[in-house]
Parts: sequence; C-alpha cells; structure tokens
Amino acid sequence: MSNTSQSRHSMHLTLLVWRQEGPHKPGSLEKFTAKNVSEDMSFLEMLDFVNEDIIKSGKRPIEFDSDCREGICGCCGVVINGQPHGPDRATATCQLHMRTFKDGDTIVIEPLRAKAFPIIKDLVVDRGALDRVMSAGGFVSVKTGPHADANAILIPKPIADLAMDAAACIGCGACVAACPNASAALFTSAKISQLALLPQGKPEAARRVTGMVEQMDKEGFGNCTNIGECRAACPKEVSIDFIAKMKREYFKAMFAPMESAAGDGGA
Amino acid sequence: MTTFNFDSKVPPGPLAHKWDEHRAHIKLVNPANRRKYNIIVVGSGLAGASAAASLGEMGYNVKCFCIQDSPRRAHSIAAQGGINAAKNYPNDGDSVFRLFYDTIKGGDFRSREANVYRLAQVSPDIIDQCVAQGVPFAREYGGELANRSFGGAQVSRTFYARGQTGQQLLLGAYSALMRQVNAKRVELLTRREMLDLVVVDGKARGIIARNLVTGELERHAADAVLIATGGYGRVFFLSTNAMNSNGTAVWRCHKRGALFANPCFTQIHPTCIPVSGEHQSKLTLMSESLRNDGRVWVPKNKADVKKNPNDIKEEDRDYYLERKYPSFGNLVPRDVASRNAKEVCDDGRGVGSSGLAVYLDFRDAIKRDGANVIRDKYGNLFQMYEKITAENPYEVPMRIYPAVHYTMGGLWVDYNLMSNIPGLHVLGEANFSDHGANRLGASALMQGLSDGYFVIPYTLGHYLASNTFSKVTTDHPSFAAVEGEVKKHVASLEALGKKGGTKTVLEIYRELGKVMWDNVGMARTEQGLKLALKRIPELRQEFWNGVKVTEGADGWNKDLELAGRVADFLELGELMARDALDRSESCGGHFRLESQTPEGEAKRDDEKFSYVAAWEFKGVGAEPALHKEPLAFENVDLAQRSYK
Repeated sequence: MSNTSQSRHSMHLTLLVWRQEGPHKPGSLEKFTAKNVSEDMSFLEMLDFVNEDIIKSGKRPIEFDSDCREGICGCCGVVINGQPHGPDRATATCQLHMRTFKDGDTIVIEPLRAKAFPIIKDLVVDRGALDRVMSAGGFVSVKTGPHADANAILIPKPIADLAMDAAACIGCGACVAACPNASAALFTSAKISQLALLPQGKPEAARRVTGMVEQMDKEGFGNCTNIGECRAACPKEVSIDFIAKMKREYFKAMFAPMESAAGDGGA
Repeated sequence: MTTFNFDSKVPPGPLAHKWDEHRAHIKLVNPANRRKYNIIVVGSGLAGASAAASLGEMGYNVKCFCIQDSPRRAHSIAAQGGINAAKNYPNDGDSVFRLFYDTIKGGDFRSREANVYRLAQVSPDIIDQCVAQGVPFAREYGGELANRSFGGAQVSRTFYARGQTGQQLLLGAYSALMRQVNAKRVELLTRREMLDLVVVDGKARGIIARNLVTGELERHAADAVLIATGGYGRVFFLSTNAMNSNGTAVWRCHKRGALFANPCFTQIHPTCIPVSGEHQSKLTLMSESLRNDGRVWVPKNKADVKKNPNDIKEEDRDYYLERKYPSFGNLVPRDVASRNAKEVCDDGRGVGSSGLAVYLDFRDAIKRDGANVIRDKYGNLFQMYEKITAENPYEVPMRIYPAVHYTMGGLWVDYNLMSNIPGLHVLGEANFSDHGANRLGASALMQGLSDGYFVIPYTLGHYLASNTFSKVTTDHPSFAAVEGEVKKHVASLEALGKKGGTKTVLEIYRELGKVMWDNVGMARTEQGLKLALKRIPELRQEFWNGVKVTEGADGWNKDLELAGRVADFLELGELMARDALDRSESCGGHFRLESQTPEGEAKRDDEKFSYVAAWEFKGVGAEPALHKEPLAFENVDLAQRSYK
C-alpha cells in the first residue's frame, strides 16, 4: 500500500499547449517535452514542473489559473485532450493526478473555450460573465442584521440535501466549455434551483429566474438543447435535472403575476 | 518617535455587557450621509465579502478588491468542517460563556477577553443570517439544523454543510456582495493585488493596486481602508493555503506603520494528507470533523510501521490520543493533536513511505454505523483523499500528518478592529484578535463573518463619524509618491532576472519554506530560531542578488507576482522567527521545547508573557521595536490547559 515516489515510474510526456499572448492576439499549440514526471504529481504540479524548466531557459512560462488546488474554488480548469478538466470523472484539473496518464503520452492542453470567456493569456480565460449572471439574481434579498431564529422555518432533510446538491457548483465554467452550444444552463440552473428549493428563496423565485436567464443570454452563452456534456464535465457532478427545474421555474415566472416589475420598495 | 496609538479601546463594564453598551453609545453616520464616504475593502473572503456587502447595503460607497477572477474563489471557500455558534440547539450545555471560555482556553489564554466574548455573543446571529440567505446547512429529518462536535469542545455546536461549509458560507456572502454590485453600491475590482497603503496626514486614505491582467498600477482613494486578505501561512511554502494566498497586503501595511501582533502564532493542522515528493505545491487538509469518527493511531512497535495497517492486531495499535487524553480523546485541540503526531513520528513509529504520517482509521465507525452513514457525513472528503492518494479510506485507514494551516497572528487591531493607523481596519484572519495562540476548529468562519457582518458595520461608522476628513483624491502627492515606490519595487523585481542568478523564485521560496518549517514550525528552540534569523537574511540576500524572473511587468505575469510575494515573505519570516525567539514560553501552537510540562505539554509563563507582542517595523534587516499590550483576565482563571 505504501507509495514511495521513488518506487513509482516517472514518465516522459509530450505536451501540446495553447499559447496566446493576449485577448486579441492569434494563438497556436506549442510543443513541450515533460521529462521525469512523477505519477504522484497533480496535473497542475506537472505544469509547475515544466514551467520551472521554461523559466530556467529564459523563456516565457505557460500561464494558467489555479488557487485552492483542492477542487473547491473553481479557479482552475483547462481542456485536456478535448475534455474540460481532463479524462477523470468528477475531478477538477487540480485534482487530476498524473497516474491517469502513461509514459509516452501526448497531452493536448487548451483553455476553456466559449464566446463568453475571452482568453486573457495562454490557458487563462475571463469568466466574469458568470459573476454577472449571479449578480442578476443569484441571491436572496435579505439585509445584514437580526433575522428569525434559524430553526424557525423547518426544512425537510431531503429538500435541504437536494438544495445542497445544487449548491455544490464551484463556478469553474467547465460546463460551458463542454457544451457544443456554450450554454451556461447548468451553472445558472444550479443557483436557481438551490434557492427555489428553499423557503428563503421562494419569494423572489420568479424575478430571480427571469433576471439570471436574461443575463445569461445577454452574455452570449448559447441555449441548452439537453445534450448533457455539461454534466459529464462537471467536477461536482451537478445534475442536469436542475436545468429542467430552471426551465419549469422560468415558465412559472412567465405566467406569474408581474412580481418582477416591482422594484425594491414595492410597486 | 513612536506615533501610534496603543489603546485596545476595550469598553468598560461587565464582560457580558461591553458590546451592547458600546453599540449603544458609539457614533452613527446618518443614512443620507453614508454615500459621501468611500470605503475600500481589500479581499473578498468571508470577512471581506460580508463587510463589503453589509457596508454597501447600508449606503456607503464601497470598492471591493479581489485577487482572483471572482470573489467566490477566496480561500475561505476551502474550509470544510463547519462554523461554531452558541445556539445550544442540542441542549447539551452550551452557552455564550462556554463558547467564549472554550475559545479563550483553546487559544491558551493569549487573546483579549472582550473580543472573544463578543465573538461568542454574535455567533448565533451569524447562523440566522446565513440561513436567511439560503445557505443549505445540514438538517435533521425533523427539519431542524444539525450539529456536530469539533476539537477542544465537549458540546456539539458546529453547524455544517456537508464537508464544504466554507464554500456555502462564502457563496452566501458572495451572493450578498453580488446583490450590492448589481445595485451599484459596490464596485468590484477583480484580479487586483494590493501593493501598498497610502497614508495621508496620519490616516489610511487609499491603496495602490496592481491590475494583474494589464500590469497597470492603480490609485484608489477612500476615507477608510479595510484589509481582509487572510493569513500568511504560505511563508512556509507548503501549507493548506491557496496558491494566491499571501502576506503582501498586511506586510505593506506593516511597513507603513501598522503594528504586527503575535506573528509567530501559527496553526499546524493535524489532519492533512502527507507530502508525496519535492514536486508538491501545496497540502490538502482533511477536515478535523473526521476526528469525530476516525481514530488516530500508530503501531505500538516500530517493526510494524511498514506493515499493511489492516494486518496489525488491535493490541498492537497505539491509539495515543485516546490513551493520553481520555476525556477529549481524538478531539483534543489542533496544536495538541499535531504535536502528538510529530512526537510518535519522531519516535520512529510514523507510517507511510516517509515515516511522517499517522493513521486516521474509520474501521470501527463503519462497523458501528455502516458505510452509508459515514459516506453521508464525509463522502466528499473520502473522495478527495482517494483522488490524491489513490487509496480507498473505506478500506484502508487514511494517512495524515500536520501541515501549516492558519495564522492566528496578524495586524494589531483594537476592539473596533482598527489598527494603530487611523482608518486602517483589519478583519478576519488578517488581524490577530480572537484566537490567541491557537484557533479552535470551526472558529475561523465564525470570526470572519462576525467581523464582516456584525462588528465592522458598527465600528466603522463610529470612526467615520468621529473624524473629519480633508478631501483627498488620487491626485494628492502622497499617491504619486507611494505609486512611485511601488513602481520602483516592481521594476527591481523584474530586473532580478538580468543579474545572472541561476535559481528560480520557486527554488528560493522552497528553501525559505524549509527553514521556516524546520525552525519556526511545530517545535521551536532558541538554537533553531537563531539559525532561522541567520538563514532568512542570507536567502533574502541571495534573492536580491539575482534570481530567474520572467520579464514583463506590463501584463499578466504569474512569475513576477510570485517574486513580489516571496520578497515580502523573506522579510515577514524573519519577524516570525524573532517573535518566536522573544517569546520563550510555550503557548498553544507556539511550542518552545525549552518550556514544557513533565508530560510534554505546552508550559505557559503567565508572569512574563501574558501580553500581545506588537511589533513595529524599523527597516528591512533592522531590529523591530516590540510593544506589549498586557492581557488582563478578569473573567476566567488562567489555568494550565488540560484535555486529559
């Protein structure tokens, strides 16, 4: 059971990495050789390792985003051999380990591509569109201050659990990159569903779904046509049932009284 | 020559009434006047996001800066286990006083009574706030909130959302923040790194930030600056902190005159996944909540350490925490658990390839409750463990080892969360205030949200209403001066590559981390600390003599960003070692080998060290000045901590 890094094989890999100087610059794949890669390395540690050599040779390292490196912040995310976050199911790029690959492999590494995610540099993209979708309604309008006791409203465990399943989304954008339509439906529906399931989110459910869906369209995300690639790429396995829920919420909102017309102060 | 105000401003009166009395008497800003004030919030984690959202909603003009592409990525998101609150829902004897007492005791009597009491007092409000926001906390079948136990407590007061409580609380605060962004009450500036503080007429009036995409230096002016940039644990290179976590914002404030309090108080978390090799970029924590059901052990005999753990008989296992601390067992506080793990490994009984690991075993819990119950509680943690180690913890015990996790030290603040620089407020992990020498599990989330939702909205108003503000814009000469210094600093970092050094920034950084871990880590000695004080300046010299740095300050350049942060860590690390050397007692996470009880526990010296060590910067490499804020304990007895 022990795993000494010495006892494990080290690998030699060929990397084809997307290189792009800036948002409006042309890009292309550049070839790198990664030698002596340990299978205990995470995918991003492998890139760190390659970058060390590049820096030593005085060249420009491969730029990529990452932060927590434990699969929860949603900061990292590249397309590996055509799959956002790579070949392992339910695994963010930072949690993918090199033991998934074998000696001699060629790995193609590209950014998360979508019209709504302009490339900043190499593998780094701008996912600000997702934040703007959130700010269009992904919240419960409560003030900071005293509220009813947390146990005043009972929430059945199955409902709380389902809301938590939806809330597990890490906002990495892999669903968008995986979708042939570059739709953000899985991301948006996760937040809409979480809040629509809970009693706290119900009062403004209609204006939330309307606002977020409209913003999603405005940002240039495509429409959902129930392909399901998003779910396959999602590192948190957020269910596409939530997209169905979002659609139901949207139709409900269309036929709801004009609640969304009332501003903060009420009409 | 010291110009700072060193008054903790703890209100008079009985402990339980201080906060209410204070709130009843501090000054307020009229709602219509709030929009006239500009507030800068640096950081968007639990403390920063909750503060920015709350202040924006109150009507202030808020700018919130975050280093990542989105505020939702701040490292608060990685907190797993839970958040404490004195709700006493399980009716097991909890109260505000008991949470206060556990926190003071857990911190080994090195924190301020009044701050800690306030924290315990507002804790129930935090839960109510988060529930109102739609945070999906775990529930019982009856629909009520569920609780679990955490280290250092004998009650179940921890609220949780599976193993991702930090994520859910941060997304709650983030959604409140985005609501204010939508309402145009908060301006969000992402991918910005604060590189300096601008002080005008003795007051904090703005910051210089670098746009990490364009490389541009930006000036931002305000009437108050709130720092919520988290801890500085990455000075150790390997830690559970995120890649972008750094000490630069607090260090630059320190260099502008803000006192740095208790820098040596760092927390080494007992349950992390062990290091697998040189390539390791960071460590991953396994929530302390696992110690509710997992049993920590090592083989009794050194000969067994390489054996398959499942083949080691019950009588050959040493459940050392249960043996030594029968009343708290596996749930002793973090510092105690970490130290004991180190001790058994030093004794040659550590397991795994490196011998630097102990077992955390769920065999008995699975036998007792069934695998499904365990999966329900910890499923995502087990999955994370398996991803990293390729071992299934349902079948073989986890291997864990301590890792740097949290820094209790930070910028000195008074009761109002204001540093000694007027207008500069510090929230969350970035300040030093509530956890003393050791933080209890599930208390970081509590403190971040307490500071942001329930303290700063009151105390900031008091500061603004009590002062007059000359009109300061970014055209003020101070902004040009500070920006000039920052520009020079960035240029000198960029120039390092031309000096012919052969090492990379990362190589120097790893060496610094090793010096810190070996000498300013879990067990500290006079000799080791003196060695660190010699080695760190040498490394700093080596760094400035030339390292490989990627050129290009006029755009995205992660290598250059890292160089700036490492340059600051090479100064901050020295202060930590100095503070650790100066404090020759042991307390909480600060363990001086010279000061231990016959049983090997941390031995405090209350006569000499019952104070907050607040350091004043005197120049790079120059001896900093130590100022002491005495700690008075009027409501608790200073006892030697015992978890037996």
